[in-house]
Amino acid sequence: MSYSLPSFLVVSSLLFCLGMYTVLTRRNAIGILMGIELVLNGAGLNFVAFSRFLEPSQTTNLLSGQVFTLFIIAVAAAEVAVALAIVLSLYSRMKTIDVEEFKQLQG
Amino acid sequence: MLPDHLLSWMIFFPLLGAGLILLVPKRYPTLMKLIAVAATIPPLWWAANLYVQFDRWGTGFQYVEKVPWIKDFNIHYFLGIDGISVPMVLLTALLAFICVIASWNINEHVRGYFALFLLLDTAMVGVFCALDFFLFYVFWELMLLPMYFLIGVWGGPNKEYAAIKFFLFTLVGSVLMLVVMLVFYFGSVEPSTGLHSFDLTILADQSVHQAFLKNHTIRWLCYVGLFIGFAIKIPLVPFHTWLPDAHVEAPTAVSVILAGVLLKMGTYGILRISYPVLPDMALAFALYAAILGLISIIYGALCAMAQTDMKKLIAYSSISHMGFVMLGMSVFTNTTAINGAVLQMFNHGTVTAMLFLLVGVIYDRAHTRDIDGFGGLAKTMPVYAGYTGLAFFAALGLPGLSSFISEALVLVGSFQQYKIITITATTGIVLTAAYFLWTMQRVFLGPQNKKWAELPEISLREAFTLTPLALIVILLGFYPMPVLDLIGTTLKHTVAMVVG
Amino acid sequence: MAKLIDPQHMKSILWLIPCLPLAGAVINGLLGRRLPARLIHFIGCASVFMAFLVSVAGFFTLLGIEEPQQRLLIQSLYQWILTGSFSLEVAFRLDPLSMVLCLVVTGVGFLIHLYSVGYMAGDESQGRYFAYLNLFTFSMLLLVLGDNLLLMFVGWEGVGLCSYLLIGFWFTDLEKAQAGMKAFIVNRVGDFGFFVGLMLLFWTLFEGSNGTMTGLSFQQLREGIPLLGTARPILGVGVATWVALLFFFGATGKSAQIPLYIWLPDAMAGPTPVSAFIHAATMVTAGVYMIVRLNFLYVAAPVAMAVVAVVGGVTAFYAATIALTQNDIKRVLAYSTISQLGYMFLAVGVAAFSTGIFHLVTHAFFKALLFLGAGSVIHAVHSNDMQEMGGLKKYMPHTYLTFMAAYLAISGIPPLSGFMSKDEILWATFNSHLPVAGLGKALWALGLLTAGLTAFYMTRLVVLTFMGSFRGGSEKEKHLHESPSVMTLPLMALAVLSVAGGVIGLPAVTHLPNLLHDFLGPVLSSHGTSGHQAHAYGLEVLLMLISTGVAATGIYLGWLFYVKRPELPAKLAARFASLYQVLNEKYYVDEIYQALFVRPLLKLVALSGRFDLNTIDGAVNLSSRVTVKFAFLIGWEDLKIVDGAVNGLADIFKRWGAALRRLQTGRVQHYLYSVVLGIFLLSVAMIMF
Repeated sequence: MSYSLPSFLVVSSLLFCLGMYTVLTRRNAIGILMGIELVLNGAGLNFVAFSRFLEPSQTTNLLSGQVFTLFIIAVAAAEVAVALAIVLSLYSRMKTIDVEEFKQLQG
Repeated sequence: MLPDHLLSWMIFFPLLGAGLILLVPKRYPTLMKLIAVAATIPPLWWAANLYVQFDRWGTGFQYVEKVPWIKDFNIHYFLGIDGISVPMVLLTALLAFICVIASWNINEHVRGYFALFLLLDTAMVGVFCALDFFLFYVFWELMLLPMYFLIGVWGGPNKEYAAIKFFLFTLVGSVLMLVVMLVFYFGSVEPSTGLHSFDLTILADQSVHQAFLKNHTIRWLCYVGLFIGFAIKIPLVPFHTWLPDAHVEAPTAVSVILAGVLLKMGTYGILRISYPVLPDMALAFALYAAILGLISIIYGALCAMAQTDMKKLIAYSSISHMGFVMLGMSVFTNTTAINGAVLQMFNHGTVTAMLFLLVGVIYDRAHTRDIDGFGGLAKTMPVYAGYTGLAFFAALGLPGLSSFISEALVLVGSFQQYKIITITATTGIVLTAAYFLWTMQRVFLGPQNKKWAELPEISLREAFTLTPLALIVILLGFYPMPVLDLIGTTLKHTVAMVVG
Repeated sequence: MAKLIDPQHMKSILWLIPCLPLAGAVINGLLGRRLPARLIHFIGCASVFMAFLVSVAGFFTLLGIEEPQQRLLIQSLYQWILTGSFSLEVAFRLDPLSMVLCLVVTGVGFLIHLYSVGYMAGDESQGRYFAYLNLFTFSMLLLVLGDNLLLMFVGWEGVGLCSYLLIGFWFTDLEKAQAGMKAFIVNRVGDFGFFVGLMLLFWTLFEGSNGTMTGLSFQQLREGIPLLGTARPILGVGVATWVALLFFFGATGKSAQIPLYIWLPDAMAGPTPVSAFIHAATMVTAGVYMIVRLNFLYVAAPVAMAVVAVVGGVTAFYAATIALTQNDIKRVLAYSTISQLGYMFLAVGVAAFSTGIFHLVTHAFFKALLFLGAGSVIHAVHSNDMQEMGGLKKYMPHTYLTFMAAYLAISGIPPLSGFMSKDEILWATFNSHLPVAGLGKALWALGLLTAGLTAFYMTRLVVLTFMGSFRGGSEKEKHLHESPSVMTLPLMALAVLSVAGGVIGLPAVTHLPNLLHDFLGPVLSSHGTSGHQAHAYGLEVLLMLISTGVAATGIYLGWLFYVKRPELPAKLAARFASLYQVLNEKYYVDEIYQALFVRPLLKLVALSGRFDLNTIDGAVNLSSRVTVKFAFLIGWEDLKIVDGAVNGLADIFKRWGAALRRLQTGRVQHYLYSVVLGIFLLSVAMIMF
């Protein structure tokens, strides 16, 4: 079976929107982090899909979209590591991971 | 031997003294006082010489000094004296000397006091000698500063109020004068140079007036502005209320100068500036001026009777007496009245000076001036009572003393032109007698007030300040010609000029 | 008469007459507190005595001039005032009129100075006393001798000054000081009239003569009087009448006539010799002298003359009625003086000028004597109240005898001096030609009645003082004594003059020359209208008899009331209680004046003071307050608008900041919302445009 570009774009958009929804609504910091992963994966899928469907027949397939996705996965991994560390440290300080409580920057 | 530039010497010699006083270290107050005396003696001597040498029959200005001062505006350092100035300069020099001696008991800020006093002396003589309106104005304003501080620093309990009031009143007059001065300046063109001029002798020439200054409304406004400016100084009712306050608060010597000299500047200014420059307006305004004079005479006398503070009483009597000057100056049908007016300026200077010195004497001893608080002082201080009696009777115009002659001349002269006004003014002499005698009675007569039974008799220094004035008062009563001689020619000229 | 003294020589020493007393005044005034009393007395008396001697010399000089019209010496000393159209000299004029006054002033004056030596003995400020008295003599002589109206005015006010000083001589007594003040101020009111008259006269003459008449010397005035007739009348009354009336108003002040007499009774507060000298013999007669001096003016103003006569006659009667009930011996004499002065004005009012002067002279003699006698009595009794006297005849025989002479003279018993002059006045009044028909006769009747009253109250005075027994208590009685001879000698001299003084003005019926009248003749413009005119001697004798009869009746009634039936006065007083009350309270004139003039004036004064303080000064202070308020307003505006713009801007940012601050919730999700919102809005915008 062949998959057309729009079906990939729909999945990636769904992933992004779910992720976004998770980020905006979850009060748990870990949940937000997970949402962010979804958003990033949605974006990665988008890159890959465009890379596959816009340049397959061309002689100069540079795979730049796939490269970008690799970078995103790498950065996401690093980001999660840092973010989890932050969340842990926040938890040790505040005894909560509810982001509503983290408002020290309020003006 | 008289120096050249005699008038300049007379004006600025006291200023030299003031400069010297500023150099004296603070620990030698007596030296400062001595310098102040020394600075007032030569001007007195020169004034006496001036009196002797002055040409009685000359119509122009004498001892003239004229050098360009500010060339861009055609302003000159222009001095000169005529018959009106000479008695005033003489009076100023005499009173300055007497007042320095009367100020001997000033003990705080001695340096400032005498320096300011000598500065005041300079300004006063300057006003009487200046013939350039700008220079006149500068001296006029220069008087204000020392006077303000002399009242405001060495004055009585309410001195700030009085000093400010004096300052503001005088300033209003000065502003009016300033405006009129500028109108005169820009409204005139000196024919020989084509420049505007502040020169009073040139401004008196009606042909130099430009169309602007020939405008009737402008002239009228100028005259009234100038008149109000001078009326504040005289002071005429209703511009008078600064005077009682200033007198009450001022130290004795300053009161003497204020009443003896400063008040004369109002009438002097009218004679020196208003009449020559705007003679037609002088004539048109004469009736109103006479009425203002009359109001001052009667109203001043009535208010004087209502006072309980001796200084206030004398201040109001000054208003009343200066009303005679104004009345006499408003008569142009004969020269008798105006002669009487200028003579009255001189006589009032001596008599009021005596009165204020006398109040100072009692205030130094009793620290009160409340008329009702005394009684029977003639028993305690007979010599003092004698001097006061003389001064009081002189002030109430007793024949044989100087004021009688001047008041009689004013009244006799005015009668020709203003019958009703003069007759009403004559009732003023009854009122004057009443309030002076009443004061005499309350202070000196009656049973001796035990509270003041131990007051010491008048001291030699105080007697020394009073005696020359007393002698002048008596002499001019029986023989007023020394002053009448001096002023007659100039005043004849003045009246002729106004009548045209 | 041979020329005893060269007139030229006399002329050059005229100034000595007034200036000798002046010198005495200066010496005693300046050095009096250091000089011994004897020297003070000597200076005081000698200066006046020397002036008297010079006056006598002047008298003989005048007599030595054979042509009566030439009897005039004028010494010009120096130019006094010269200004514009006004020119006056200090000049002394010795003519028969001023001569008579000079002799009286210096002569009687000397006697009173002498008397004062005894009277004032022991007083602590005798130097001052004699200085004042000498100064008074000087002023009076200046008044008399001054050759122009203004110089006369100097003397005129000068005597007022001395009167003030001497009434209040014992100034520690407030009442005495007040009496002095009252005298001066009332006199000033009169002087006001005098001065206005002087101004009116001067300008009328000046303008009438086209500016040639620039002085006020009596010669000039006399020549200028016709000009007054040509001047435009004021309010329908001729200028001459105005001037004459204004001068007369001045005279009513100085000579204590209605309406300005009120000061004289109070003036008795002064030492008694002063009352004798100033308030009886000399100063108060200045008004009479002035009118006689200006007789040419008054002759030209018949209406004014009539007014003078009526005021004089009424005052004479009026004052005599008050004198009836007074108990203070000096007050009785004071009212008597007012009354006698009224006679003098009556005389000059009916143009009998020399007769007025005659009465002036005789009155000076007998009234001075009466006062000095009263002084002698007071000196002994130490009281003015006649109810505390009585029976002094035996203690003070000299005083009594001399007093009796004066008493008979004033009562009008022939041939004493008082009779002569008073009778001459009545005769002149009877014969007068006043503008209103019958007025002369009416005034004559009034004068006659007054003569009766005079005799009555004088009898009362003499009886209460000298007759009967002493009522002042036995303690005082022990100390009663006759005064020292320095006091009684002047009394005797004056007694002689009072008795014999009449010879200078013998009535026409005697066919002897009326010396005074003839002597004064050249000065008077109406020479011959009184005294020696062709008239019915029979009528004159009849009138004399009538007036003598009236005087005798007065004396009899006095005797009846106070000697024969002493209970009568009290009965009468009870019967006419209200009348007695009015008389005793002097018709309440002082109270009326107080209510009419003094209190309104004081109210006006208080009003002016308040007006000045509240309204004028209030306006000044108000304007300053308004200015200050205005300044505050400006300041506020400055703060809010100008400065406010700056602050406002900051404020706006601050408010915005505060508003925007709320965006910074610190919650990450909120920021994300806005990011999403922003993306959404951007997307919408991109799609729409």
